[in-house]
Amino acid sequence: MTAAGTGTHTGTRTGRQLLVLVIGAAAVATLPFILPPAQEAVAVRILIFALMGVAWNVMSGYGGMFSFGHAAYFGLGAYAGGYLIVRHGVSPWIGMAVGAALAAAFGVTTGFLAFRYRLKGAYFALATFAFAEMLHLLALSFEPIEAAAGLNVPLLQGSSWWMLQFPPGSPNYFWAILALTVLAVAATIALLRSKSGGYVIAIREDEQAASSLGIPVMRYKLLTVGVSAAMTAVAGAFYVQYYLYINPDLAFGSAVSIQAILPSVIGGIGTIWGPLIGAAVLGPLSDVTATLLRDPPAALAFLEGRSGLDVILYAALLIVIVLALPKGVYGALRSYFARGST
Amino acid sequence: MTRRAPLSLAARLAVAAAVVAVVLVLAYARSGSGIVVSQAVLTGLLLGGVYGLVAMGLTLIFGVLDIVNFAHGALMTVAMYGTVLLASHAGLDPYLTLLVTAPALFGIGMALQSGLINRTMGSSLANQLLLTLGIGLLIENVLLLSFGSEPRSVAVGYAAPLRAFGAVADLTRVIAFLGALGLAALLYLLLQRTRVGTAIRAVAANPDGAQLVGIDVRRMYVLTFALGTACAGAAGTLVAPFVTVEATTGELFNIIAFVVVVLGGMGNVVGALVGGLLIGLTEQLGGVLLPEQSPLLAVFVVFVLVLFLRPQGLFGRSS
Repeated sequence: MTAAGTGTHTGTRTGRQLLVLVIGAAAVATLPFILPPAQEAVAVRILIFALMGVAWNVMSGYGGMFSFGHAAYFGLGAYAGGYLIVRHGVSPWIGMAVGAALAAAFGVTTGFLAFRYRLKGAYFALATFAFAEMLHLLALSFEPIEAAAGLNVPLLQGSSWWMLQFPPGSPNYFWAILALTVLAVAATIALLRSKSGGYVIAIREDEQAASSLGIPVMRYKLLTVGVSAAMTAVAGAFYVQYYLYINPDLAFGSAVSIQAILPSVIGGIGTIWGPLIGAAVLGPLSDVTATLLRDPPAALAFLEGRSGLDVILYAALLIVIVLALPKGVYGALRSYFARGST
Repeated sequence: MTRRAPLSLAARLAVAAAVVAVVLVLAYARSGSGIVVSQAVLTGLLLGGVYGLVAMGLTLIFGVLDIVNFAHGALMTVAMYGTVLLASHAGLDPYLTLLVTAPALFGIGMALQSGLINRTMGSSLANQLLLTLGIGLLIENVLLLSFGSEPRSVAVGYAAPLRAFGAVADLTRVIAFLGALGLAALLYLLLQRTRVGTAIRAVAANPDGAQLVGIDVRRMYVLTFALGTACAGAAGTLVAPFVTVEATTGELFNIIAFVVVVLGGMGNVVGALVGGLLIGLTEQLGGVLLPEQSPLLAVFVVFVLVLFLRPQGLFGRSS
């Protein structure tokens, strides 16, 4: 965006983005009436992926701080929600808020240390990874959360929005995670449109220049990390509530950090719609391969009952995207059409 | 710099030695048994040698290509499975398979760098990191798909416990340690004493300058990645007799090697070996000091401290 991008221009662009978001969300919200109930679990998984992707994109896409440790935030959210409901019967909505606050505090603290010691690039990515891995190891032997055995969320009778529990197959789960994801996207759009968002982008592009213009670099970097961490924690808290189980590997494992990275990379890093598109591509992969391998066609019969195919597919997709479409699917489409229109 | 560097290096080594001494005393106080401590030190040093070899390969790639290589551990696992297959089907001695696995991994490394990674040289850090992550995940899960999830092991006919200072070490671990040191020395000589090694170091120091004096930089990238991968392969074969071989076994070595690389200074091959020994000690003594926690926790604490306080590593120059 050049200096020509004045208030009214960004104003209409933001309005258009919000309009697309509302219309898109309304269309997606009708899915439970169309989809067979079995597909709804896939749709929920896609939206959890999407929320994680949107969150990662705030810090690493717009903020330019490559995180390889979003599992830390996801796990804190998951365990805060899980612990509060299992031990104290507290509503998951409160658990979500507590988890988001915890994750934001953790992100801001570790981020402050990392920026204070001027970690950049690979070193920053490795530091985020180390923090997530430390929480992983601590959780594995922390008795109040059942250590490696994991927490089981008790099943309630009946249906309750306050406790976020519904009979199996209820579309309410889908609508809840849809609403959370839409809110996260709207928050991202609002953040980018605001003055703070302008500062965040300026810092990503040239930290020294931003600093010499008087932008408080540290404060805005920490703001970005905090927002991203809080959103990721919400995804974690919802995850526990939907699957009714969490353990240290599912919460803090490095696979979780990778799941947060992939939607943006595949869809387009630093774009509003990229993480959503990436999640829609990634989400169904494991179900498709699981179905395929449960009853494989003759050519694939030797793979029956084996695991690993889903990761092979998304790893191959990752390699192809990095080599052929480094801007991601949406980023590539956008620059194709931008070139076409001028 | 010429006068002060050796002094400050000695000072840094002294600090490292003092820290190790304090930790030893604490470990003795915590466990109340000299044998526990000497066992931890012995196990730590022996495994640390292998960490050093894995990290030497990684630091070479990090230093010359500036790539955070997340595929290193998966490539190491490929060598482990190579050793398992050659030892169980062809009846080879596990250590003889080194003659197959190290060259094979050298070839795989060449293919990866010239076929895939060279295309992203000069692009963003994130792209290269993601590419090696993709390659690592791909290899790991192809192994999982082909060999299933049940762990494999390699039997060594002449395994016997050796004793020193009341501590016991398995012969396989001693062989792995000595093998790692030998290969590390070979790699060091290759880098310091041969024309190719000089060219690699020139590319690491200044790729543009190296290009100007007629060095084929891309070829050096391919060679460096291949050498680094061969290190991972050799380490995979050396550890195969005493680890359970699964598709994810190498992942842990990859993570530890990152820690060692940062500790030893990015691109510093000798630093990687010393760092490997230190991290091996950290892991084992951490296990003694915090028995209810995973020994890896101490490794990550050291890692974060080094990142914050001395990101250029124990042996790097402050830039």
